[in-house]
Amino acid sequence: MAKKYVLIYKKYERFWHWMQAILVIFLMITGFEIHGYYSFLGFLNAVTFHNYAAIALIVLTIFTIFWHFVTGEWKQYIPTTDNLIAYVKYYTKGIFEGAPHPTHKTQLSKLNPLQRLTYLGLKIVLFPLMISTGILYMLYRYPQKSTIEFINIGGLEVIAILHTLGAFLLVAFLVAHLYLTTTGDTIFSNIKAMLTGYEEIEVDENNNEKATQQS
Amino acid sequence: MKKVIVGIFLILVGIAALLLTVKDPYSEAEKLDELKAKFATLKKSKVDHSKFPELQKDFKNPREVTAACISCHNQRHKEVMASNHWNWERPTYVKGKGILYLGKKNHINNFCIGSHGNEMSCAKCHIGLGLDDKKQIIFTDSTNIDCMVCHDNTGTYAKGDALGGAPAPTVNLKLVAQKPGKPTRDNCGVCHFFGGGGNNVKHGDLEKAQFHTTKDVDVHMGENSENMSCVDCHKTENHMISGKLYTMSSTNNHRVTCEQCHGETPHKEDIINEHTLKVSCQACHIPEYAKVNATKMEWDWSTAGKLKNGEPYVEEDEMGNHAYMSIKGSFKWAKHVKPEYIWFNGTASFVTTCQPIKDTSKPVVLNKLYGSYSDPFSKITPVKVHRARQPYDPGTGLLITPKLYSDKKGEGAFWQDFDWYAAAREGMKESCLPFSGQVTFIRTESYWPLNHMVSEKDKAVSCTECHTRENSRLAALTDFYMPGRDYNKFVDGFGIAAVVMTFFGVITHGSLRIMSKKRRSR
Repeated sequence: MAKKYVLIYKKYERFWHWMQAILVIFLMITGFEIHGYYSFLGFLNAVTFHNYAAIALIVLTIFTIFWHFVTGEWKQYIPTTDNLIAYVKYYTKGIFEGAPHPTHKTQLSKLNPLQRLTYLGLKIVLFPLMISTGILYMLYRYPQKSTIEFINIGGLEVIAILHTLGAFLLVAFLVAHLYLTTTGDTIFSNIKAMLTGYEEIEVDENNNEKATQQS
Repeated sequence: MKKVIVGIFLILVGIAALLLTVKDPYSEAEKLDELKAKFATLKKSKVDHSKFPELQKDFKNPREVTAACISCHNQRHKEVMASNHWNWERPTYVKGKGILYLGKKNHINNFCIGSHGNEMSCAKCHIGLGLDDKKQIIFTDSTNIDCMVCHDNTGTYAKGDALGGAPAPTVNLKLVAQKPGKPTRDNCGVCHFFGGGGNNVKHGDLEKAQFHTTKDVDVHMGENSENMSCVDCHKTENHMISGKLYTMSSTNNHRVTCEQCHGETPHKEDIINEHTLKVSCQACHIPEYAKVNATKMEWDWSTAGKLKNGEPYVEEDEMGNHAYMSIKGSFKWAKHVKPEYIWFNGTASFVTTCQPIKDTSKPVVLNKLYGSYSDPFSKITPVKVHRARQPYDPGTGLLITPKLYSDKKGEGAFWQDFDWYAAAREGMKESCLPFSGQVTFIRTESYWPLNHMVSEKDKAVSCTECHTRENSRLAALTDFYMPGRDYNKFVDGFGIAAVVMTFFGVITHGSLRIMSKKRRSR
């Protein structure tokens, strides 16, 4: 067993992650201004930029879905119950006792079971919810008779409220996500890895790059 | 991988550039310039009427002028006599009531209430020259048409006070007859700015300041902007003037709209153009009305009739407007008024003189303007709401049209005798309606859609005057979800709680980690 710098996050993955981070945070700032919580960019600017950022995020998402399938990275998000209990125990108990992570990252398995569940939830529930309600919101032109009618629905209420609900959940996710980045080997090791792509991990010389259970 | 990233970046940049540049090639400014150029031409009469031999005489009475007009413009009098300006009524379809003939002739409002019994005074705004021997308006004699009141271009023609529509004796008829032309603002304004018995009493957006005004007050009529006349928008063919007011109209036709010149989607910003499907132009572009002189907001007839030393008197408010008149009651006036907003689809209904009112617990709306969010033809429309307390007969349930005007005492006219009972009895008799002998007062409202006093573009209502949680201009329109104003209490409560709890969870977890680490290192 030896420690080695290994490429965990590929270039596109890092680009995607940080683009998504910037866009989502920008969407939060503009979105909650539109929701009436504060005045920052001005309502018209907030709406306009929110829409542009949303389109950019949708484009990014389309490319990323493509990337997931082409590279096979989607397999990282297959939910598993292996070590699930171990991780729940780790975050509620072991972490306070200085215990090591139940597993460590490899290129083939960089997400722990809790992350797998959370990110899968984001990918198949929260993001689709936000994107679908967002698209309806954008294309919605009131129930009307004119030629620029795109989608004729009775009102914004349900769409807007679901979109708001999703937005709150994303903020909650962001808070937890930012905190959990500090639970790596050192406080900044996770963030550093997401920036550079490389993380120092223990590598089994004989069975390279394979998930190994810490004994 | 590098190629992929560069590719994605280029695509994103490309999309952003497209979004920013794909705009209507025919820009907002170009459209406006074109419209401005259209009205920047000098309007000049093509003929000199003073050279016509028919007009080279000293007219003894105004009817001779009319006869001279008709001698050349033959058949035009028939058009006039088919118009509602002449007839004081027009056929109109009212939902639930069928086809009615509605107009000044039979309409009831909450200002001076009705014209019946008051023709001598009200006929000042009839385009006729006088009343018959029974003091009734002449609707059948073409020589009674007053051509001059609309077509005088000398600015010297004026109707006499309470002469039943005849011109003031001081008018030089020859001078007026020799210089007719297209109606100017003066011709229209002399009646329409003074409806209700004084300047800006009724409309709020049409008043004497608009005879000569600036673009701050009215961007169309400003002498330092387009300087447009009324008939530039109120296009007229065969004496049928387009446009009408919904205090007396009920159908969605013959209207003058902003879109007729400006198009449906005149803005640069798509997001603002989208609004035009549900929001009228007026809603944003008339942020306030009564910009120069105050308009009457409330009229309480129930206080009328108080006398000082047996004489009627007048009190003024701090702006110099009548606050109380013995002949009319108490008033409230206001200047720079923010409109109220309603959904309006161009149709309306009316309380008619012969329609009993059962529920008087809340204000009776005299002209109900129809519309709702779910109605595809409705738009948010700014209105002036005039609120009043006016005489009502609890016995018959009818609104009372009192006799107000007379030139002498003893005929039951309220403005002479100050007796509600007599005024109601005489007024209802002249309207051929029953009267039980009781007079009380009920609250009524009339709705006046605002169309004039359009402000300059940069003074239009801004986004957050409506899209805001507190004091939204549209706070009263609750039948739809509006971003910025509306939210779901449960979802917002849950969302905030979720974020706060996550935050505290994180802080707690973090603190425990720090503490346990310290403990371990000890």
